[in-house]
Amino acid sequence: MLILHYNLEKVSMALVVAIIGVASIGGIVEIAPLFTIDETVKVPEDLRPLTPLELAGREIYIREGCYACHSQMIRSLADEIDRYGPYSLAGESAYDHPMLWGSKRTGPDLARVGGKYSDYWHVAHLINPRNVVSASIMPSYPWLLRPLDTGKLPAELATLARLGVPYSEVMLTAAASDAMAQSRPDSDGATEVQDRYGAGVAVRDFDGNVEKVSEMDAVVAYLQSLGTQTRAALQTLEEE
Amino acid sequence: MSGADDDRPVDPVTGYQTTGHNWNGIIELNTPMSRIAVWALVLAFLYSVVAWILLPAWPTGNHYTRGLLGLDQGAEAVDGYRQIHDARQGWMARFDDPDFAALAGDPAVMAEAGPAATRLFHDNCAACHGDDGGGGPGFPVLSDGYWMWGGDPATIAETIRVGINGTDPDTRISEMPRFDWMSREERAILADYVAGLPAQSADPGSPAAQLFADNCATCHGDTAAGGLDNGAPSLADASVIYGQDAETVNTTLWAGRHGTMPSWSGRLTPAEINLLALHVLRLSQGRATP
Ligand code: HEC
Ligand code: HEC
Ligand code: HEC
Repeated sequence: MLILHYNLEKVSMALVVAIIGVASIGGIVEIAPLFTIDETVKVPEDLRPLTPLELAGREIYIREGCYACHSQMIRSLADEIDRYGPYSLAGESAYDHPMLWGSKRTGPDLARVGGKYSDYWHVAHLINPRNVVSASIMPSYPWLLRPLDTGKLPAELATLARLGVPYSEVMLTAAASDAMAQSRPDSDGATEVQDRYGAGVAVRDFDGNVEKVSEMDAVVAYLQSLGTQTRAALQTLEEE
Repeated sequence: MSGADDDRPVDPVTGYQTTGHNWNGIIELNTPMSRIAVWALVLAFLYSVVAWILLPAWPTGNHYTRGLLGLDQGAEAVDGYRQIHDARQGWMARFDDPDFAALAGDPAVMAEAGPAATRLFHDNCAACHGDDGGGGPGFPVLSDGYWMWGGDPATIAETIRVGINGTDPDTRISEMPRFDWMSREERAILADYVAGLPAQSADPGSPAAQLFADNCATCHGDTAAGGLDNGAPSLADASVIYGQDAETVNTTLWAGRHGTMPSWSGRLTPAEINLLALHVLRLSQGRATP
């Protein structure tokens, strides 16, 4: 051993390779098996993928950096369950690529914010958080009222489909029109969105302006979907 | 130690052996690792063997060894949560099927329940109704003692449980209809009239008053003071939801209003909802700490 070390020390590149080799053992031992163990990510049976409108909202959420202040993961700690609801399961974000768990909480966790507030509140809050929470330090996002660009949606859904998110062929082709229809409850396509993605999907005019499908519609639809895509987590709190 | 050590030079100052390397005149002492570090390492290895047996550890293809202790962080957290819950049960249980009058008059219960209610209100309600129930644009004042849906605690609890235009199947429905069919002039004089109601500067003999009696009184009451428990607010008092200046009233008339109060049946327990109902009532009586 010592002779090996003695000689290795003199060949710097070999030493570098050896250091990387040793340092990665911990990672390989701890991480690699997670890919084969069934329990790592148990995809809940009732998990539904995001609708195109919600997905567009998620993209905007990433673009605006909301994840820098908001986590989407309720940790398995008693106090977190008490405040936010059942702790997050890995399977709940099985269709998220990338997932947005985060760890920085300047604002509250958003994993179960869906349904907690009204659309009207979200719109007022995003335009200027001080409208509703006078002491808020969250930035204003007034530009979200501009029209939503649905052009990239079919490609985005197709990419996710290749990663294993169950988007059907019909969902891919209808992506752009589904996005518009979800925020127009009286339009022809509105019921089709629920047929495709489930009756639990909210089909509403989220931003209070039926004529225009805005980025606001998308972000609010996304926020209202958080924590509502599966009921799996609720079962952790059921009395046995 | 091996033979290689023996021919390594010894540093004349410290008397230690050196590693034998010479980097441009710099040589390095071959100081052995300190004993305490070596022992710490050995103990750590020994502990790991114990840990492998007791805790979830080794992967076995699709599964893993669970360990003799059978620990599960998720289950532990839920246990902890239940303990918090049980610790509150002493006073919380009295809110399951409450006798509100008795509870409000019991200082011992309120001493414990009061702070918990404030916390719950801040986490769930304050974003819309304000910390003190003072409301805000689009969200009604809860602290003024006027109730659109009725102000006895059981009715308030019901409003919180089912929400207003919410997602609960029994949700309360409220709709300020659009009066876009009225002429622009009619809306304008009506808006002025309504804007003048709180200050009692509205003329009861005017054509606007007639318009009000014909179109609005069914919901807002003959004197515009509401109180019909149908979701329509009083237009005669000082507190407002969206605003009672002529311009905002005009918008309300033209576009209608459809305020949403989320249903809390899925998010809060019945006891928590009853506790909040009492808190809201006490806020309106100036008896709760905001
Ligand atoms: C600088 C940090 C910061 C950023 C960036 C930020 N937020 Fe916030 N957010 C906060 C804080 C602080 C609060 C709590 C105060 C409040 O309600 O405004 C909050 C509250 C919220 C809430 C209410 C949560 C609850 O349960 O009460 C939502 C929803 C929300 N933010 C969404 C967003 C979205 C969407 C974005 C991106 C467009 C965003 N936030 C970006 C700091 C931030
Ligand atoms: C998303 C915003 C929002 C949140 C959060 C919210 N409310 Fe409301 N609440 C409203 C709105 C809007 C109304 C009035 C609905 C309408 O326009 O008819 C209302 C009405 C009420 C009423 C009826 C008042 C009356 O005059 O009869 C009560 C009581 C009430 N809320 C209590 C609560 C409590 C308690 C909570 C917390 C658990 C809460 N609200 C959370 C928006 C909210
Ligand atoms: C079908 C019942 C109904 C009728 C008829 C009706 N209203 Fe309303 N009105 C409501 C309800 C319910 C609300 C509360 C809406 C909300 O909070 O979203 C409301 C709210 C309002 C508000 C907003 C109050 C505030 O504080 O911001 C104004 C102003 C108003 N009504 C004026 C009128 C006038 C003027 C008429 C007659 C032209 C009228 N309403 C007829 C049910 C009615």
